[in-house]
Amino acid sequence: MVSTATVTGFSPRILVFSTNNISDPGIDLAGSRHLHYSATVSTMSVPCSSGLKPGWILHAFESGLDGVFIASDGEECALLPDCAERTSRIVSQAHELMRAKGLEPQRLKMAAVCSVCAEPFVNYMREFSQMLTTMGPVTHAP
Amino acid sequence: MSEQRRLGVYICHCGGNISDYVDVEMVKDAFKDDPEVVVAETTMFACADGTQHEMIRDIKEKHLDGLVVASCSPKLHQITFRGVAKRADLNPYQYTQVNVREQASWAHTDDHVGATEKAIGLVRAAVAKTKLSPELGGWVGGLGAMFPHGTSGREQIDLLVAEIATRPSITVLTDAELVSKSGSFGNYVTEVRIHGQEEVVTTDVGTIVVATGFDSYEPEAGEFGYGMEGVLTLPEFMAIVDSSDGPLTYQGKPVRTIAYVYCVGNRQPAGGNEYCSKFCCSATVHASIKVAARDAAVHQYHLHRDIRTYGKYELMYTESRERGSVYLRFPDDTPPSVARTADGHVAVTVVDALTGNEELTIPADLVVLVTGMVPRENSDLTSLLKLPVGGDGFYNEIHPKLRPVETVVAGVMIAGACQGPKTLSESVASGLAAVTQSAGILMKGFAELDPLVATVDTAACTGCTTCVETCPYDAISMITCEGAAVAAISAAVCKGCGGCVPICAQDAIDLLGYTDAQMRASIESLTKEPVS
Repeated sequence: MVSTATVTGFSPRILVFSTNNISDPGIDLAGSRHLHYSATVSTMSVPCSSGLKPGWILHAFESGLDGVFIASDGEECALLPDCAERTSRIVSQAHELMRAKGLEPQRLKMAAVCSVCAEPFVNYMREFSQMLTTMGPVTHAP
Repeated sequence: MSEQRRLGVYICHCGGNISDYVDVEMVKDAFKDDPEVVVAETTMFACADGTQHEMIRDIKEKHLDGLVVASCSPKLHQITFRGVAKRADLNPYQYTQVNVREQASWAHTDDHVGATEKAIGLVRAAVAKTKLSPELGGWVGGLGAMFPHGTSGREQIDLLVAEIATRPSITVLTDAELVSKSGSFGNYVTEVRIHGQEEVVTTDVGTIVVATGFDSYEPEAGEFGYGMEGVLTLPEFMAIVDSSDGPLTYQGKPVRTIAYVYCVGNRQPAGGNEYCSKFCCSATVHASIKVAARDAAVHQYHLHRDIRTYGKYELMYTESRERGSVYLRFPDDTPPSVARTADGHVAVTVVDALTGNEELTIPADLVVLVTGMVPRENSDLTSLLKLPVGGDGFYNEIHPKLRPVETVVAGVMIAGACQGPKTLSESVASGLAAVTQSAGILMKGFAELDPLVATVDTAACTGCTTCVETCPYDAISMITCEGAAVAAISAAVCKGCGGCVPICAQDAIDLLGYTDAQMRASIESLTKEPVS
């Protein structure tokens, strides 16, 4: 098997932050249904997206990732009712850190992914991968 | 279930399309002595906006709990009148449509008396069906003698209902709809609306089992001749077999030849219903044995792609062949065709794969389309419980073998044919699994939570109190540590969301299992080995 990355030259590496109870099961469902997306998309699950530190997002870019996608709970979060607002604030803070490092803010995206959002998730990944492919790899100062 | 029903029956003139041939007043009068038919009326156009408003008013003012409209084909207006029921806060499935136009007035314009009698019979049948709607038992309750013991579906259900009645810990709510669910695993609060009434019943529940069953595939008009007289679906055929004795008749005429066309609405090409419904081969073979037992001279031809009478059902397959059933296998890409013959019969033309693809035409009195299962339309419940739906439209379990009745929603189980096509015994097995799983959760008496809570590095904490304000669970308080005010997090109260972690300007809070060091190390490791 030859991975997509080898064939096309550049396949953007995407880190997805999902949530244990809601978006991660949705991403699981995509796999259960054999809905394909790029193998350079990797997921890390946390209890709630409101607990993500902006610094972790920056650290992802510094570690060689080309895009970060926050699959948040939207209004469904059982832990924090204002989860979407909190996560939006984290995204804004991360955008500031990214700008300071010369990173395009489009490399960080956030969308609500529910426990049955298998197809929407796969579509997000296809669109995000395409966009990042057009943008090319992160060029960051060592 | 023995309580008196309050039904509304509306008979449509269809502006003369019905009333020119069917005496609609006579149909109405057929219910004047029925105490459970509270409203019986004729109407010029049942589908007219004004009439729909009147129906809604009647349902509300006269507290109707069931609706029957005798008008045109359900294909045209079933959705319309289900909508009427819904707008009147009546369960839309307490509505039955009777087709007295396409299947009475128009079909018998030459026989007004016959058409009227037939219409009365059809409306009576619908009223009887609607009266029984809130009974437990689903599809099984309507079945006749079943394999292997010959018990009828109703008898089997009655035994179970009698057993439920002896157990005070079980409460049965029929004609009830789940309208809301809040809370969390082990501690759900549900609201249930009964008989479409405004007020709801609120109940605390630890777990929820969804066993909403299936619908039978409804062929398209013309699909394998569906819509022609003498072409029936499997449930229609089973109802005729189970509701009569002696040699089989159809519309007063003896049935001498039956052709069964298997795999209708299932195992379709990509994009259709690609799955196999598993029960239909066995159910058809069983029905054919019943027919043969009543009249050994009936010719029965089974036109199939494969016969999947697995397990002990294989015994029925053998018996049906011993009783004279003939099995003809057609190639997957050459399905049979159904047409009317000049002498008023229906004829099935099939390519017999086992005799060198010879084409055979079988004239028959009845053609039975062996229709499989389709998922029930249940979008309100699906979105309320956030149930995962698979590509086939049925509900998805976490894993068909390892966790076969659990869903991704903690404490919400699925069982029976809502998960996918199943035979009755397979449905019972999954039902038992679901209640056992529920009992395991409930009998434990408590729900275990992860010990992954937030902690404060008191050396780094400056006592700014921002985190105290951000926690909606009041898990964080200020304590004095070595003379300084610092934040402390209660491990018992903390839900482990981590919402306080990015709030802390000093990076003094860590969520166990997701600490700053753990997260950074994980992120770095993702890209450590570049794809080569």
